[in-house]
Amino acid sequence: MIPYDFEYYNPSSVEEAVQLFQTLHHDGKEPMYFSGGTEIITFGRLNMVRAGAVIDIKNIPECRALEFNQESLFIGAANALTTIEERNPFPLLSQTVSEIADRTARNKITVGGNICGTIFYREAVLPFLLTDSLVLVAGHRGLRSVPINEIFQEQLLLESGELLVQMVTNRAYLEQPFVSIKRRRQWDTGYPLITVAALKVGQEIRVAISGLTDFPFRAKQIEGALNRRDLSDEQRIELALHSLDVLILNDTEGSSQYRLFVLKNTLHDVLHELGG
Amino acid sequence: MTFRNADVLLDVLRYQLGLTGAKPGCLNGDCGACTVNIDGAAQKSCLMLAVEAIGKEILTIEGLNAPIQGVFVDQFAFQCGYCTSGFIMNAHSLIETKKNPSDEEITAWLESNICRCTGYMEIEKAVKSVIHLPKGP
Amino acid sequence: MNIIGKSVIRKEAFDKVTGRAKYTADELSGPSLHARIVTSPYGHARILSIDDSLAREITGVRAIIVGSHEFPLTGEEIRDRPPLAVDKVRYYGEPVALVVADRYEIAKKAAELIEVKYELLPVINSPTEALKEDAPILHPNLMSYEKIGTAYPVAHSNISNVTKIRKGNIENGWSQSEVSVEATYGFSPSSHSAMETRAATAEIKPDGYVHITTSSQAPFMVKRLMGIYFGIDIGKIIVETPLVGGAYGGKAPIQWEVLAYLASRAVGGKRVKIVYTREEDLTTAPCHVGLEALVKIGCTMEGVITAAEMVYWFDGGAYSDKAIDVSRAGGVDCIGPYNIDNVWCDSLCVYTNHPYGTPFRGFGHSEVLFAFERTMNMLAKKIGMDPLEFRKRNSILPGHTTPTQVVLNKNTVGYLPPCIDRLKDLLDWDQGEITEVDDRRIRVKGIACSWKTSTIDTDASSGVIITFNSDGSMNLMSGVVEIGTGTKTILAQILAERMKMDVEQIHVKMDVHTQTTPEHWKTVASRGVFMAGRAVLEAAEDVIRQIKDVAACVLRTSTEDLEVAFGRVFLKDEPEVGLMLKDVVYGYKFPNGNSIGGQIVGYGNYILRRMTYLDPETGAGQPGPEWTVAAHGVEVEYDKRDFTYKLVRAATVVDIGVVLNHKAALGQVMGAMSMGLAFAGRETFVFDELGRVMNPQLRTYRPIHYGENPRYLVDFVINPVENAPYGSRGVGEHGLLGMPAALANALSIAAGVELNELPLTPELIWRTKGAEL
Ligand SMILES: Cc1cc2nc3c(=O)[nH]c(=O)nc-3n(C[C@H](O)[C@H](O)[C@H](O)COP(=O)(O)OP(=O)(O)OC[C@H]3O[C@@H](n4cnc5c(N)ncnc54)[C@H](O)[C@@H]3O)c2cc1C
Ligand code: FES
Ligand code: FES
Repeated sequence: MIPYDFEYYNPSSVEEAVQLFQTLHHDGKEPMYFSGGTEIITFGRLNMVRAGAVIDIKNIPECRALEFNQESLFIGAANALTTIEERNPFPLLSQTVSEIADRTARNKITVGGNICGTIFYREAVLPFLLTDSLVLVAGHRGLRSVPINEIFQEQLLLESGELLVQMVTNRAYLEQPFVSIKRRRQWDTGYPLITVAALKVGQEIRVAISGLTDFPFRAKQIEGALNRRDLSDEQRIELALHSLDVLILNDTEGSSQYRLFVLKNTLHDVLHELGG
Repeated sequence: MTFRNADVLLDVLRYQLGLTGAKPGCLNGDCGACTVNIDGAAQKSCLMLAVEAIGKEILTIEGLNAPIQGVFVDQFAFQCGYCTSGFIMNAHSLIETKKNPSDEEITAWLESNICRCTGYMEIEKAVKSVIHLPKGP
Repeated sequence: MNIIGKSVIRKEAFDKVTGRAKYTADELSGPSLHARIVTSPYGHARILSIDDSLAREITGVRAIIVGSHEFPLTGEEIRDRPPLAVDKVRYYGEPVALVVADRYEIAKKAAELIEVKYELLPVINSPTEALKEDAPILHPNLMSYEKIGTAYPVAHSNISNVTKIRKGNIENGWSQSEVSVEATYGFSPSSHSAMETRAATAEIKPDGYVHITTSSQAPFMVKRLMGIYFGIDIGKIIVETPLVGGAYGGKAPIQWEVLAYLASRAVGGKRVKIVYTREEDLTTAPCHVGLEALVKIGCTMEGVITAAEMVYWFDGGAYSDKAIDVSRAGGVDCIGPYNIDNVWCDSLCVYTNHPYGTPFRGFGHSEVLFAFERTMNMLAKKIGMDPLEFRKRNSILPGHTTPTQVVLNKNTVGYLPPCIDRLKDLLDWDQGEITEVDDRRIRVKGIACSWKTSTIDTDASSGVIITFNSDGSMNLMSGVVEIGTGTKTILAQILAERMKMDVEQIHVKMDVHTQTTPEHWKTVASRGVFMAGRAVLEAAEDVIRQIKDVAACVLRTSTEDLEVAFGRVFLKDEPEVGLMLKDVVYGYKFPNGNSIGGQIVGYGNYILRRMTYLDPETGAGQPGPEWTVAAHGVEVEYDKRDFTYKLVRAATVVDIGVVLNHKAALGQVMGAMSMGLAFAGRETFVFDELGRVMNPQLRTYRPIHYGENPRYLVDFVINPVENAPYGSRGVGEHGLLGMPAALANALSIAAGVELNELPLTPELIWRTKGAEL
């Protein structure tokens, strides 16, 4: 039960959504884009977010797109995770998101909502970081397209009122070998202890990680080490762990030392699967 | 019927419509006791605003009449019964959506719900017995 | 008839698969106000001020209640707990204030506006910390609190109860022992996590009658304690309990009812509803105790155990409530199901700044057995004996004596050796404990044995009323709460069997209403079938006698010549001469209109016999009626690199006496095993240094989910008990008892280190193996 009231809008175009945001913001309504709404609803109950108005983006065609052109795959931000899993245009993405929450919840959680969310795992972003995707963002000055590796720094750095519309991924990446490994504190359900997604582009391995620190990131430091073909697997991993420069989480899922242990083994699996 | 924009579907079903089959277990999307079917898909009604469901077909346990209910009884697939509505609605959606789900698919669907009473084997038996039932006309 | 043993479908089954089954919070008839709790954000703090001025301004707020010395202290053994904190909070989640409002969201909004200022106090996060010399004393008034049960607190300490068990002569035991093992164990409190959160409504009618509806295992105890706490005439308290959505001991204590009552009282007696959120259900409501243990066992080279010496420190949390009883039960069965001549045990209930403890399925047994059965395995290893053979050799049997010096006979204890033999078959024990899967993974089996008696009040009783309908069918009313165990269906089976009647002809009243349902002490301790079953049989005798009286008059015969069966009463030796029950049970009408009899109403009751208190110095006494024994095993697939594991198979063999309802019995045992494995493998509260529960949601406090479960293998050993209904023993908890120990034993073998803490996460294994990168 959400104790406060809010207005609900259901725009049918990007322009209308952005415009609504501007107006509501101007009126002091503290609007929020509402995609799957799972975080807004569950945080609302605990008073951890508060909106005067929500703008549902699920009826905006661009936000529901899931289509290819010659070069690229366009994934609308408001697609439910299970829609992506079932249509499966991007196998790495399907695999990564299929481990988020549970299947019923994924009927509601959207890819854009996961990327824009406050809950810091944001596992759905990992495949986009690995594939140097672009994000299409709409604001009151119109649409802009930005490389995700620029705009996603710990979180998606949107300006106030900006809407994440789509992720645009070069088709060439969709065919590359990949792995996506989620390790939990125990057994098969729950938040990640760590999630590692990796892609092999040519001879280079790329790695992105969620759960190691309080934001997901493309682990360039680790990539450098893992691609040192002059070294043995053990040495590369050793080097990778030493070159990490993030503060490792220490929480109810696991201690920081243990996370490192799990990361080490997971990197072994990455090397094993994708080959040196 | 009037409800607030901020009302989740679960509360509207229970307190406005008197349909108390869907249960609150966590109001956080974690337990599945509140599961209903929206346009055929299993949804946790605590994770959805009632306004989001306008114009959609909502099926709750009260409106269900399907073989899965009978086999849940036969297989002793519940004890206290609190998780049962949600489990059945999820299983029903699975059975209607997937023709011959593999064990992995069944697990992927059913791990969305928690049952604290049974050992899950009874539920597995019940669901599998319907999957292998000849489909009606 | 042949209804005993049949998998009769539970009477409320169709309601449960159609959404019609009603639980406490589903009761929507009539208007009600809503209450919301303000809870403590800290484990231990002084309350400096409570400012509710903003909250009071919200329209729709009817009352705001804060703690006060005016309110009675509550507690089932020692009355140490204010219903709303006064001066201090002692655990995270403790109720501090209560808001009553027209609608729930108003109450919630107002609750958030109440500003409580705290000053942090040093936090006790474990029994060890509680017993340190410089530990803060959480209850300085401990010795002056009123006791309503039995408790032996220790002055100027954090010990709310001591149970001493002294059997034989421990020095002799040690001098006879040739090999011994000593080890320490520990785990934190955890949760019952029933899917239905605790809920209650209360209303005080103008005539002074108090109506409470509650999700409880103990509606009759609610009535009794509300009477004691608030000085209400007990006849004026009416408690109703509809179906309960899971309980497992967690709904045996009284807490939410008291809050609902205080809320109603504050608004002139209007009906007030309180439904715990999941967060409150996890942290505010009483929880599953934690434990620290020291166990030392000694045996001869031949494997005969000569001495067992234990100290159990139960983490009872901030208030003693039923944790005292749990710690006593842990003392009563302080060893496993073994015949040990010399036993010395101190079982202590210790105050900490944790949510307070209460019964959890198994009532202290899975907890102490975890420690004891781990030690048994270490000792077996040390003398080079098969761990199951070691247990078999030391099995407790009729003629042996329990730690509380009860001499057992074939009715009061089950047979462990056949349980062990059957377990060996189920687990293919002769194929060895370890099998290789590939170069990284191995499959490993671990085992444990268990036993349990029900240490319940010595005067616990159960009553049953039977009435007839005009078609000859029967109505069965018992105070047992339907918490999911299917007990009421089994009672119907017992009645059907005795009356030689179709079980469809027995109608069961599912809900409990203390004004019309006879009392059943509490629906706990796997005693429902035993006690209420005996009462059913007595009630059946009562109606049979009445039927025969009427029929004897009509048929002009003596009652001895009559038999009641198949819906008729007839002459034993001339069965065709008789009457239909429907013509007798509502009064018999002669052709001329004369009538005799009337509606037949029967009753029966049962009170546990010859239970005694325990001697405070030696523990000697009869704590419970009989001991059920079981053997358990768990097989895991263990990854030697990652220290992760999957649950592959889990087995339990129980001496059940007789199976009353086959599928229901299997379900009880598997369900209990599932809880035990979840508790052993994953579930625990995680506390920070301020005593806050860091995982107060089911997303971070995760019960076992579909697919994480192993294959369950359950079997029964049949040894009918003479004084039990159709010979059955209680079985609702026993599947759980050996799971933690069996899983820990399997993983200790797999990992090659002794794992003596719970939960058994891969991180724990990694840490125990040296925490190397
Ligand atoms: C049972 C359960 C388990 C979970 N487990 C995991 C897990 O294992 N891993 C994990 O990563 N997460 C997990 N989550 C959290 C989940 O990630 C979030 O609840 C979810 O990702 C939010 O997605 P949504 O579509 O519902 O977003 P919403 O709630 O709609 O939005 C979230 C935030 O993003 C903003 N937003 C949404 N869309 C846009 C947009 N297009 N442009 C700009 N801003 C936008 C909203 O304003 C809001 O602030 C779990 C959730 C549940 C319920
Ligand atoms: S109440 Fe909706 S998932 Fe628990
Ligand atoms: S039957 Fe009780 S929770 Fe599933």
